[in-house]
Amino acid sequence: MNNFIKSIDWFSILLYTCLVFIGWINIYSTTYTSDHQGLMNLDTFHGKQLMFIIVSFLTIVITLAIEAKFYERFSSVIYLVTIVSLAGLFLFGKNINGATSWYAIGGMTLQPSEFAKVATALALANFVSDIQTDLNSFKDLLKAFAIICLPALLIIPQPDPGSALVYLAFFFVLYREGLSANYLLIGVLGAIIFISTLLFGTLWVSLITIAILTIWYLIYKKRKRKISIFRLVIITIVTIAVSYSVSFVYDHVFEQRHRDRFSLWLRLEHDPSELDHIRKTIGYNTYQSESAIGSGGFSGKGFLEGTRTKGNFVPEQHTDYIFSTVGEEWGFLGSTLVVLLFAALVLRVIFLAERQKSSFSRIYGYSVASILFFHFAINIGMVIGLLPTIGIPLPFFSYGGSGLLGFTMLLFIFLKLDANRINEW
Amino acid sequence: MRKLLLAFIIILTTFVYLGRLAYLQLIDNSSQNPLDDTAIKAVYDYPERGHIYDRNGKLLVDNQPSYDVMVIPREVKPLDTLEFCTLLDITKEDFDKRFRKANNYSPRLPSVFVQQLSKKEYAVLQEKMRKYEGFYIQKRSLRHYITHVGANVLGYISEVNERDLKNNTYYQSGELIGRQGVEKQYEAVLRGRKGVKFIQKDRFNRVIGSYKGGIYDTLPVPGKDIQLTIDIDLQTYGEKLMQNKRGGIVAIEPSTGQILTLVTAPSYDPALLVGRERSRNYTKLYYDSIAKPLYDRGLIALYPPGSPFKAINALIGLQEGVIDENSTVVCNGGYHYGRGAFMRCHCTYGSINDMNRGIYRSCNTYFASTYRKIIEKYPSAAEGLNAWNEHVKSFGLGDFLGYDLPIGKAGRVPSAATYNSIYGENRWFATNTISNAIGQGEILTTPIQLANLTAIIANRGSYYTPHIIKKIENDTIAHDFIIEKHTTIDPENFEPVVQGMHDVYEKGTARFLKIPGIEIAGKTGTAENFTRIEGKRVQLTDHSIFVAFAPVDNPKIAIAVFVENGYWGSRWAGRIAGLMIDKYINGTVQRTDLEDYILQGSLLEEYEKPLGGESFFINDGKTYNEWPKPKEEEVSQNKAINTPTADE
Repeated sequence: MNNFIKSIDWFSILLYTCLVFIGWINIYSTTYTSDHQGLMNLDTFHGKQLMFIIVSFLTIVITLAIEAKFYERFSSVIYLVTIVSLAGLFLFGKNINGATSWYAIGGMTLQPSEFAKVATALALANFVSDIQTDLNSFKDLLKAFAIICLPALLIIPQPDPGSALVYLAFFFVLYREGLSANYLLIGVLGAIIFISTLLFGTLWVSLITIAILTIWYLIYKKRKRKISIFRLVIITIVTIAVSYSVSFVYDHVFEQRHRDRFSLWLRLEHDPSELDHIRKTIGYNTYQSESAIGSGGFSGKGFLEGTRTKGNFVPEQHTDYIFSTVGEEWGFLGSTLVVLLFAALVLRVIFLAERQKSSFSRIYGYSVASILFFHFAINIGMVIGLLPTIGIPLPFFSYGGSGLLGFTMLLFIFLKLDANRINEW
Repeated sequence: MRKLLLAFIIILTTFVYLGRLAYLQLIDNSSQNPLDDTAIKAVYDYPERGHIYDRNGKLLVDNQPSYDVMVIPREVKPLDTLEFCTLLDITKEDFDKRFRKANNYSPRLPSVFVQQLSKKEYAVLQEKMRKYEGFYIQKRSLRHYITHVGANVLGYISEVNERDLKNNTYYQSGELIGRQGVEKQYEAVLRGRKGVKFIQKDRFNRVIGSYKGGIYDTLPVPGKDIQLTIDIDLQTYGEKLMQNKRGGIVAIEPSTGQILTLVTAPSYDPALLVGRERSRNYTKLYYDSIAKPLYDRGLIALYPPGSPFKAINALIGLQEGVIDENSTVVCNGGYHYGRGAFMRCHCTYGSINDMNRGIYRSCNTYFASTYRKIIEKYPSAAEGLNAWNEHVKSFGLGDFLGYDLPIGKAGRVPSAATYNSIYGENRWFATNTISNAIGQGEILTTPIQLANLTAIIANRGSYYTPHIIKKIENDTIAHDFIIEKHTTIDPENFEPVVQGMHDVYEKGTARFLKIPGIEIAGKTGTAENFTRIEGKRVQLTDHSIFVAFAPVDNPKIAIAVFVENGYWGSRWAGRIAGLMIDKYINGTVQRTDLEDYILQGSLLEEYEKPLGGESFFINDGKTYNEWPKPKEEEVSQNKAINTPTADE
């Protein structure tokens, strides 16, 4: 036991505790009313969240008490149970706010998709760490993809595309474990073409592509290196075709609400009256949260003093938009602290993952880092108006029992594995 | 590399996010404006709008209190709608409609719910207001008119519309803004600046004190009183004389450029555009497309000036040295300026006219000849016309003049370019432009330009920009109004012209209009005019025009009068000008015979003619407009458009 206390990573635990505590403070602020209900009043969000935090601490104790080997050995079982529970939502799920993502058990609700990330990370780590698995063989790669995509495919129709999107995080893990860089390159190029088509139009994208490839060709030729013109032409044609199909899909397949999201995100709209309309409709959340954050200034308005927080101007402020409260009440100082805490935690987990001797632990750790990073980047990016609106929670921060428990388990299973690394041979 | 990618992306993302936060929270402070913050309520303190006085210090416009019911839709709690509607005297449907409208404007900014309660309604409502959360009463002040004339000068105020809100961030829904006249021109002066108190509310919408100890609060700056150059007695008299006629009177004090009177007829009582009836009355005035009471004829009615313009050609002739005051022209009842081109004149065959007779007899031949000499002094017609144009423009014609009222027309003074575009370059001669000699054809002026022109002659060549503002409380008027401006004509050249205009009263067409004890110089004028009936051009009875100034040696007033379809200059406009001059200089009216003629005279019948759909005579029966209209050629026989008739 003494050994265990020494070997566990207290720095991560400190960061975790800070985030959970700061998160709760802000939930308290968003839901605080002057009726002075008790902190544990289960009718309030902060009361419930406090209960969830206590449950999380119990979960931590259990998670750490379980034998480290258990997670590796039973990963397939855990994964299977999770898949079944996700599939079961189609039959027994409870619909809240238009999404059938919950089981209702007594007075409580449980969101299996929050736990599915843990299960998928375990299953993927187990599969990839297998000595027989080779990520450069197409068959194994397909299996890895299947492990990742199965839960995502079950989550999309709930519908909860935001949560499903998080499964893209696993590509960082696969890349770390030897997936060809080409997949990443194609993904990045695709994103660049998509965004620049919306920003500049297909004509410019085509011209720029041709220009870049021509220059590339000329440089190669000058250095007297061989380059296949045929390949360059193919790349050009594919790029232009992708660009045209992006613009076709955008104009004809997307619905107006989708287009509005992109035009809001990429600042495509310049007409003031249209902008005003967007701000009142599709862009309302983003506009309100940006204003709330902006109004915080350097040092913020102070705890419980956020006037916009009080007025409930930012919708979903206790869940997805919790960061706007940080921005308003704690200002630039507070929001910088939170961003740095998250960055530190994720980097710490990567650092810990890299020092694992067991590849299962390493891959699992990497999965934890990737998932946390994805949530952090997408959520805060959305709240500060840099990314389009994608509804996923901020880990440890946003209100919600399943989310908090899921992330806690995700992190502490890894801390258990890490603490156990001495025993690994 | 594989180990570092994720870490690298994390660090990059962190920096980008911190940059974005720095931008939102430190650089872009648009969100830090307490006005945008809904938990902070701005309470406005509206200063009283400045009063308006006439040139002699008579109060024209002051204020009366008014109470608006305002609503902030977000803050409205369920209420006893029935009782509330009864108190406000509106229906339930009306309530819903108004509420929706306010909510569409903004759920969190105040909108006017019911405007301008009567004092009685206010008294009852005030007691019960606390029951209706989200509603409150805003006190404003409304205009109160002591005078019942000068609506075109004073303008009116009304609630800001969405365009005003977009153009000027000072205003908020429900506030008032000046429209037209001095209310618009001097809006910022009269309005002052509203004060604002920011009140911090807690989450239950209870006031918990002033926001940040009041550091953003401002005190209202009271509106300033202004004094106009208008003489309200003269204005009242002018509007009385113009009853049952259409047209305008503009009188200017030549020594200062101050506008003494600016009458447009028909007009309306400014009190019509105040209070809850404002919008109904305004609609009525706005849709009167026949009498056009909102159309300020003194400022924006454009006409060929006719004979008064001859004075300018005399002055240019003298200045260019092509004539002197003794040069004579033989008039054989008209002027031949080309084969078959003949400008008629009413002089008897063989009259010998010098400048003096040319002016007081208004001889077309004399001025056609003078004009031709001016143009033909130069090597080409184009150069000649541009030199002439320079002179004319120095009289403030073809220009907005720069007076301080919000509407105007530039008018038109033709230049070589005008004729180049009609005839082609170098394909025209002085004779093609001969109507300029007698103020017809391409020249267009507004009555205020004519009045200013008269003031220039009265001043012998200089003028001050006409203006309506005499004094602003604790402030100065625009510097431009006290700078003397000069024409291109030397002062000594004015004397023979002034003498000629004086002789209009002594020997000429205005002999019968003399006012005992006042030496007046004047000039009659007539302007042909046309309308369109079912798309066809139809001539109407000529407009009656008269310009005058008095006394000749030390002018106190310069005036331009025009009466639509009044036929000839001295008939209506001349009489009115004389009466106005007498009223202004002596304070009484001596020629009651003229006054009776004007007050009893009406041109309403004349104005009905083109609307009747039947044939009608114009110009006292001289010309007949057959209806339904015969073919175009037959009409042009009656009225030779290219050969303007001389007047009187």
